[in-house]
Amino acid sequence: MSFAIITDLTTNVDWSEINQATLDTLFMLGFAVLFSTLIGIPVGLILFLSSKGRLLQNKWVYNILSFIINVLRSVPFIILLIVMIPTTTMLVGTSLGAKGTIPPLVVGAFPFFARLVENALKEIDDGIFHMAESCGASTWQIIWHILLPEIMPSLVASITVTAIALVSYTAMAGTVGGGGLGDLAIRYGYQRFQTDVMLITVVLMVVMVQVIQVVGDFLVRILRK
Amino acid sequence: MINIQNLSKSYKHKKGSIKVIDDINLDVAKGEVFGIIGKSGAGKSTLIKCLNLLERPDSGKIIVDGVDLTSISANELRIQRQQIGVIFQHFNLLSSKTIFANVALPLTLQGNHSKAEIKAAVDEMLSLVGLSQFANKYPASLSGGQKQRVGIARALITKPKLLLSDEATSALDPQTTNDILELLLEINQQLGITIVLITHELEVVRKICDKVAVIDKGKIIEQGNAFNILLHPKEPLTRKLIIEEESDKYLEKVKHFYQFEKHPNKHILLLSFVGEATYQPILNTISNETNAKYSILRGELDRIKHMPFGQLLIEFDGDEGSLEKACTIMRSMKVHFEIVH
Ligand SMILES: Nc1ncnc2c1ncn2[C@@H]1O[C@H](COP(=O)(O)OP(=O)(O)OP(=O)(O)O)[C@@H](O)[C@H]1O
Ligand SMILES: [Mg+2]
Repeated sequence: MSFAIITDLTTNVDWSEINQATLDTLFMLGFAVLFSTLIGIPVGLILFLSSKGRLLQNKWVYNILSFIINVLRSVPFIILLIVMIPTTTMLVGTSLGAKGTIPPLVVGAFPFFARLVENALKEIDDGIFHMAESCGASTWQIIWHILLPEIMPSLVASITVTAIALVSYTAMAGTVGGGGLGDLAIRYGYQRFQTDVMLITVVLMVVMVQVIQVVGDFLVRILRK
Repeated sequence: MINIQNLSKSYKHKKGSIKVIDDINLDVAKGEVFGIIGKSGAGKSTLIKCLNLLERPDSGKIIVDGVDLTSISANELRIQRQQIGVIFQHFNLLSSKTIFANVALPLTLQGNHSKAEIKAAVDEMLSLVGLSQFANKYPASLSGGQKQRVGIARALITKPKLLLSDEATSALDPQTTNDILELLLEINQQLGITIVLITHELEVVRKICDKVAVIDKGKIIEQGNAFNILLHPKEPLTRKLIIEEESDKYLEKVKHFYQFEKHPNKHILLLSFVGEATYQPILNTISNETNAKYSILRGELDRIKHMPFGQLLIEFDGDEGSLEKACTIMRSMKVHFEIVH
């Protein structure tokens, strides 16, 4: 029985296609995580600093930004993919393939990440801010020398959580021509009833999630002193 | 060093606002250790936050070393703040940075020091507070007392002229508190840094303060030499803060025990001796010159900062005439006394 599956896997499955799909997924994932982080950190900082009682307290900035983030977070990802087609085409020249999937992935993930950043910042003790101000630190210095280093472990943990959420987002994107492992699973597993290919893609994604989690946890442990 | 004029500050609440600092005037001389005591919620922390303008007062002037902090620009204020070290009850160390980097932080923020300069300064400061071997450790691995030493090193790294402390020893055990107080005293005496500290522990005031101010409901109700305030507090609240804890409780017991209504001639006197007066045979003189008898109920010897003092609680048995005579003798010998009953 098990022998049969193994022969099946070696004969029926097009491994080069799986290789390519895996690389596509990793490509999407890498850039989506990168841009979500690059956008999410400043947005999270602005949210935090503009909130009540903070250094740059500003009701309007906070409320508007918070509203936009909530809206983005409540739109189902699959709808985001479709709604964003014109924007995506404008940004990267296509709405298809791995490249065309990155913008909706980022828009789907950065608001979530920004909230995680905001929450991590809220955890910092008020005393740290008193200390920083007493040292005569400017707002920029507080961000750079104090806030970012202090939340670094949480930041890495948040990136881990976001990256894992993005793995399943990339699979979903596959259903609407996004390429990658999700695309493969749909085309072979669903449309051609090749369950073995679907199984392999699922296993690969499970492995990805595991690796991300283990590496993330490891880094957090090193950073938390 | 510090001159506060007509300082007021209120916080807005849902129902109106409350005055937390109410028209305070205060002077702290250069090189002094100045203690501020008061009940919880009296406004102590708010007052000390005003001293480096962490809280902006509604009105009044805060002049530190000749500069009125309330009238300068944000940039100038940042520079002034670098001249004022602050230590905190909960240390406020950065968990992500080594002890070295924590102490170096104020210099790093100033941005105009070379790596070598910073290293030399931090090494010197760490050895002053006795933590040289901890330079590369992280705060999480330090004890409370060690963390406060790091806090002190960080506060002093910019060579400030003024050190502010809000309950810096309140989170520490008595032995560690003692060590930290010794360190503060050493800093005050060797570096000549003026210290303003808030505390609810009388021990702190006894050990290191030269001057004390008592604050209640945003007003300073009594201030002066630590010695006078500690030994002869005038305001009822000050007495409550200082004496009641010990002597008054004891006095209550004595009053209860003696049933004074049956002995109209018996009185209880509390005598305090300071400096020279300590060495005079006061009780002997009194009993020689009057026909009164006395017995000692309780006595103690202690010191406030470096000044030794003694307190005696005595039972005095004599008529009005001898009591008056005894008072005259005590006055002439500069012994402070109080007729408790
Ligand atoms: N940021 C703030 N907003 C509103 N009210 C405040 C604020 N900070 C302090 N208060 C109020 O001001 C009063 C004085 O507070 P403060 O912290 O100065 O007291 P404290 O003397 O330091 O007390 P403790 O000994 O408990 O530390 C309190 O009634 C407090 O509730
Ligand atoms: Mg306080």
